[in-house]
Amino acid sequence: MSAHTETLTRPAIRPRAKPSLRRWTEREGVFSWLMVIPPVLFLVALVGYPFVYGIWLSLENRPVARAGEFIGIGNFVANFHDPVFWQVAQNTFVYTFAATALKMAGGLALALVMNQDFRFKNSIRAIMLLPFIVPTVLSTIAWMWILDPSFSVVNWFLIRWGIANPGPSWLGNPSLAMFSLIMVNTWRGLPFYAITLLAGLQTISPELYEAATIDGATALARFRYVTLPLLKPVIFIVTMFSVIFTFSDFQLVYVLTRGGPANATHLFATYAFDVAMGAGQFGLGASIALSMLPPLALLIAGMAWYMRGEKQ
Amino acid sequence: MIVERRGWRVRGLKLWLPLGFFLVFTLFPFYWMAITSLKPNSELYSRKIMPLIVYHPTLEHFVNLLTETSFLTWTYNTMLVAVVSTGISLVFGVMLAYPLARMRFAGAALVSFAVAATYLVPQPLLFIPLADIINRLGLGDTLTSVILTYPTLLVPFCAWLLMGYFKSVPHELEDAARIDGATRLQTMFRVFLPLCIPGFISAGIFAFTLAQNEFLYALIFLTKTDVRTVPVGAIAELVRGDVFYWGQLMAAALLGSIPVAIIYSFFVEHYVAGLTSGGVKA
Repeated sequence: MSAHTETLTRPAIRPRAKPSLRRWTEREGVFSWLMVIPPVLFLVALVGYPFVYGIWLSLENRPVARAGEFIGIGNFVANFHDPVFWQVAQNTFVYTFAATALKMAGGLALALVMNQDFRFKNSIRAIMLLPFIVPTVLSTIAWMWILDPSFSVVNWFLIRWGIANPGPSWLGNPSLAMFSLIMVNTWRGLPFYAITLLAGLQTISPELYEAATIDGATALARFRYVTLPLLKPVIFIVTMFSVIFTFSDFQLVYVLTRGGPANATHLFATYAFDVAMGAGQFGLGASIALSMLPPLALLIAGMAWYMRGEKQ
Repeated sequence: MIVERRGWRVRGLKLWLPLGFFLVFTLFPFYWMAITSLKPNSELYSRKIMPLIVYHPTLEHFVNLLTETSFLTWTYNTMLVAVVSTGISLVFGVMLAYPLARMRFAGAALVSFAVAATYLVPQPLLFIPLADIINRLGLGDTLTSVILTYPTLLVPFCAWLLMGYFKSVPHELEDAARIDGATRLQTMFRVFLPLCIPGFISAGIFAFTLAQNEFLYALIFLTKTDVRTVPVGAIAELVRGDVFYWGQLMAAALLGSIPVAIIYSFFVEHYVAGLTSGGVKA
């Protein structure tokens, strides 16, 4: 055997003439970081830095195109004494809670309805998602025309059927305007809720329902004790997203009411926009936008806490 | 499912009635968009005639939209921005998701936390500082401004979705490639990524629709006609003073929605898979 070792080992031990740099980049940790660094730097530059810069701006008195002047928490004090700011805070909470509740209830109802066997199920599911995929501003333009003060199609029917004459001013009356915004938000967000919950429903094993039925559970009891507990994690995730993006909504309000009438529908985002872009007060605007963060963090922390309590 | 022997009445009550209600609620605004864009002004602004039907359909609003406004430029801008920012986001998304899903390295938990955090940062929190930054960089009124900023919304989302997908791929193929002497980069490009094409389609479609939908950054950064996107152009320029050109607005809304709807219809299943796997920015 020893006579053959020479010929055998020569191809096997062929020394790898690779530079050591190559070997270094092949290490798991090094390779990972080399991959991760460019996108991380990108996010730090365009999310992390603006975030910190926004905090800095909120501490400055800074009219547009002029140098800022550090004023500490002056902007936040000004907001605290500004009745419009509190109105905006209240609007945002009403809007978020009402729209999220409607989306949750409607989405769950739609998901339960669609969790039956019927023809064209996939096509109907695809159609149902349309409000969610069509650019929001464009579908909101359609809603603006549906709710138009003079030519609203809703009012045409209200008048024709003798329910109201003249029809209500859907976007001109403060409470009705808020109601309309909540409806349009629900229209847009409900499919997301429904389709996600439907996917959650489909993961629940039919055997559980069969077992419950054999044990004599009614449809309501099956929903209460089988469906709901198993669906809770999905409901939690969807609600978290919904709350975040309803709370910080901008597009719907900007297109439909611009915050009017008389600030009745201004949300944090639109008010901050008005103050920063309209009035040119970058510092004050940044402080209003930043005021979104604590309540939002509290809401999410509260939801997470509630979920944890449920698990134990 | 449990076999339930019930008549068509029950089925109608439990299925078709609520389904019909939701379908009408969902589709009415689109129907209204479509018929409004086809109505002549005399029908549009008449309170007498039944509004749900078009009596004398006309394409005049579409013709005016395409000839009198910069709608085609806006469409081109929207497409360009959506495609480029989706591409950037997919590349960055892979660069984040591949190591996070397939490798162990110090600091992985920190990176994935950072991605989740940027995923949840609402856009209105950043637009004021970003407006200032974009101005200082001299990028105001350029498409670069939105091509740079859209991926900040899309990258975390793509990374998240792809991570979920990457984790579901078995390790054996990569191991085999590594044993055969492939470098990590070769393993990734030649072996791993080709297995993940459905994941890319899901993430890509999603990012594309999100990019088409974006409004706030476009509204702030793009103030000149020839760089605007469809949503901003429609809101800023089809409303002249206090006059609303409803026919044209609806034609614009319809034409602006169609490309997204068509692409979506081709990839519905991928879209739903993405939607239900990671949750989304809504």
